[in-house]
Amino acid sequence: MQKAILARKLGMTQIFDETGRLIPVTVVEAGPNTVVQKKTVENDGYNAVQVGFIDIKENRANKPRKGHFSKAGVSPKRYLKEFRLENIDGLSVGDEIKADLFDAGEKVDVSGVSKGKGFAGTIKRWGTHRGPMTHGSGYHRGPGAMSGCSSPGKVMKGKRLPGRMGAERVTVQNVTVVKVDPEKSIMLIKGGLPGPKNGLLIVKNPVKGGRQSKGRNI
Amino acid sequence: MDLVRQIGQDQIRTDLPQLNIGDTVKVYVKVKEGARERVQMFEGIIIQKKHGGINETFTVRRVSYGVGVERIFPVNSPNIDRIEVSRKGKVRRAKLFYLRDRVGKAARVKQRL
Repeated sequence: MQKAILARKLGMTQIFDETGRLIPVTVVEAGPNTVVQKKTVENDGYNAVQVGFIDIKENRANKPRKGHFSKAGVSPKRYLKEFRLENIDGLSVGDEIKADLFDAGEKVDVSGVSKGKGFAGTIKRWGTHRGPMTHGSGYHRGPGAMSGCSSPGKVMKGKRLPGRMGAERVTVQNVTVVKVDPEKSIMLIKGGLPGPKNGLLIVKNPVKGGRQSKGRNI
Repeated sequence: MDLVRQIGQDQIRTDLPQLNIGDTVKVYVKVKEGARERVQMFEGIIIQKKHGGINETFTVRRVSYGVGVERIFPVNSPNIDRIEVSRKGKVRRAKLFYLRDRVGKAARVKQRL
């Protein structure tokens, strides 16, 4: 992972590109992130930067955090996240990471926490089919057979059953950055992104995709 | 205005005429054929309008060789060359889906003068 930024999802809309094609985009408030701490191999055993995002009131930060922020000399932030970067020489404490980190046309991976769906059945959670609703079937949205009888004599691990769905970390890979506005710190990313509006997102280089991902060779 | 609505605000078109439900319109659409670009016309009745701002669309219905054809256009699309309102309609509802069940004379819309 070579470059990354914390962002906030604002909502979806659509724009037209230069050929007149309609593109669905998610509007994302990307940064500015402030470097709060630097971790080095000598001190911590690995290289990383800790960044903060979204200013909060002084009295909203608890005492340990307040001390942590005042040590770095930055205002208290809502989110603190660590990015493990191989090369952190270009960044120092107090520096800002802005939306212009990424260019339009670049591919990125975006992670977020998906919307919680509560306790969901197998149709919603796993996409299984349902039984007939009529003709006396009596079997509508059930999970199906559990397994065989005396052989194997157990329910196989990983059997798709109802349970809690959503509210987990989801990454969408290789999505295109359509437009970047560093002044408003806004980024438009093609398609949908995980999580609710105002949810925290991590935008970073793609891990897959050869030529188009610029991040690999930096 | 909230930030999401501001996106694409500069792409909203102001050069088009006022479009109302029930109007008969001629929509001139730019069509790309390889390197060549030409303008194609689609004429019919506006039976619905949806969404707002940059996302706004309208549906035009026409009966072509006995087959009903409906096309949905984004209002702000740069591919729309121009729109002509050839006849204004007088209708009492916002969605004219009842026209789908009618043919011939019954599928007419009263004119608004």
